[in-house]
Amino acid sequence: MNPPSNGVREFPVDAQKLVSAPLTETRPMYWSVRRELWENRSVYLAPLIVTAVVLFASLINTSINVNRMRKLPAIERPSLHSALARPFDMAPAPIMFATLLVGLFYSLDALYGERRDRSILFWKSLPVSDRTVVLSKALIPLVVLPLIALALSVVTQVILLWLGTLVLVTSGMSPAALWSEVHFFQGLLIMPYGLFAHILWFAPIYCWLLLISSWARRAPVLWALLPLLAISALEKIAFGTMHFMSVLTYRMSGAMTEAFAFTGTSKSDGNVDRLSQLDPIRFLSAPGLWVGLACAAAFLAAAIRLRRNREPI
Amino acid sequence: MSVVEARGLRKTFGTTTALDGIDLRVEEGRILGLVGPNGAGKSTALNAILGLTAFQGELRVLGRDPWTERDQLMRDVAFIADVAVLPRWIRVSQALDYLAGVHPRFDRSKAEVFLAKTDIKRTSKVRELSKGMVTQLHLALVMAIDAKLLVLDEPTLGLDILVRKQFYDSLLNEYFDRGRTIVVTTHQIDEIQEVLTDVMFINRGRIVFGCSMEDFETRYLEVMVNPQNLAAARALGPIHERHVFGRSILLFDRVDRQHLAALGEIRTPGIADLFVAVMGSEKDNLNTAGQAQGAAR
Repeated sequence: MNPPSNGVREFPVDAQKLVSAPLTETRPMYWSVRRELWENRSVYLAPLIVTAVVLFASLINTSINVNRMRKLPAIERPSLHSALARPFDMAPAPIMFATLLVGLFYSLDALYGERRDRSILFWKSLPVSDRTVVLSKALIPLVVLPLIALALSVVTQVILLWLGTLVLVTSGMSPAALWSEVHFFQGLLIMPYGLFAHILWFAPIYCWLLLISSWARRAPVLWALLPLLAISALEKIAFGTMHFMSVLTYRMSGAMTEAFAFTGTSKSDGNVDRLSQLDPIRFLSAPGLWVGLACAAAFLAAAIRLRRNREPI
Repeated sequence: MSVVEARGLRKTFGTTTALDGIDLRVEEGRILGLVGPNGAGKSTALNAILGLTAFQGELRVLGRDPWTERDQLMRDVAFIADVAVLPRWIRVSQALDYLAGVHPRFDRSKAEVFLAKTDIKRTSKVRELSKGMVTQLHLALVMAIDAKLLVLDEPTLGLDILVRKQFYDSLLNEYFDRGRTIVVTTHQIDEIQEVLTDVMFINRGRIVFGCSMEDFETRYLEVMVNPQNLAAARALGPIHERHVFGRSILLFDRVDRQHLAALGEIRTPGIADLFVAVMGSEKDNLNTAGQAQGAAR
């Protein structure tokens, strides 16, 4: 990451005015995002640690299964091919789950921590608008973390594939079986699609947490959760219905059910391994997606307004 | 154009009035000291000037409305709101990088020159620095900003006298010039009396006194009165009288210098002494006003 050119100062005054116009928006945003990464190293460290654990577990799996295959006669070996390929398909899930989780904790603290440690007074002494600050914080869970998850997942899969091939070849077995079991190139399409479907779907959750973190004077976790539980309980007791609760559960699980088509057998195992299961048309026409994105935008706008008169706590 | 111009500035928090109609004008090149007891409204006034809080009334800072244009205003305004507001996790080098990145008027080399004179390492995190070093760092960052207005709200609170003195020396010698304006609040007002060009007292959300230091020095005189002259001195109408080691010290406003010199030792009073005098008469006024109200009922 190289900083954008710092040469603006050397231009004559007129040129400087021309150049600074587009820079005024992007430069503070770029540096604000970098600032977030300096402060919150867990944004990349946590996914990296999970990736290391996944690789380690996969290594054990490969060594066990290759040993078992060696002992079997050649004709029975294909029975173990799927076991050999298992970590390959499973690896992205924990990495992506970890980044989703990091994003939740990050969002809940982003606008609360700067007030608790009083540093908001320093940040506000600089020519960076509240909009830039809040949007740069929203970019972490909505763009930066998904990109990290995607990059780590792809790298993990490449390493696993290369490792599996290497072990098979050095053991005198053909890697063709492994390659036929894994869906690497399909995965290169399915993973980003699934990931960004989830991020778009979960956007209102992250933005809700950002809003609470800019508003709460203490215990943002409680403020983020209690109102939702209170409304659910109120509705259940007063009307005996669970509409609000079903809205919440739909928000949690809707990305899977709206973005992918599950038919017959593949629904039972919940795995997505074929491109035909991708259903972007249905996902993009789901009202739940657009209502959620509208809520996310409203939460962000409210968080920007709130930060304007926030003081240290 | 004045650097700060306020008319009828008001701010209320629920039922408490923090600012009760302040009129204020700060011209370019001045160093204004705002003095007042805790809760008098100093910080609220500064927060309004810095765009940190909404307000009623008219307020222009460098021709802008600070509440709606804070981010543009901060290109020309720098402030140290308090000691210890620098984020504790940030490295010195990161702070320099960030400011160079977002601030069009930040001159990194100036900050580097200033830091070179301190023991602050570029790789240190703020949490590893002593309180005095954090202040030095913040000052280095602020002095490298080519700002028109610098606002300091208790910048040296809780620091020892050496650091406090260094702070103001650096500010005056290396930063201040006629094109800049400084507004400062501090409880150690006497320490910066020499530095100020103007002084203003604020109490209960109102400005109760304001004058330039030139006027201050010509108007006010303090006399340590010889005991035999006490009655004569009191007849001249001192605005305040206090006793130190059994001697009476009388404070006069606009009384002829030669006249007073005959009564005892004369000197220019400290701002704090005048503050006590002004606040004391404020209290008396309030009391008499209250009594008058009671009598009217």
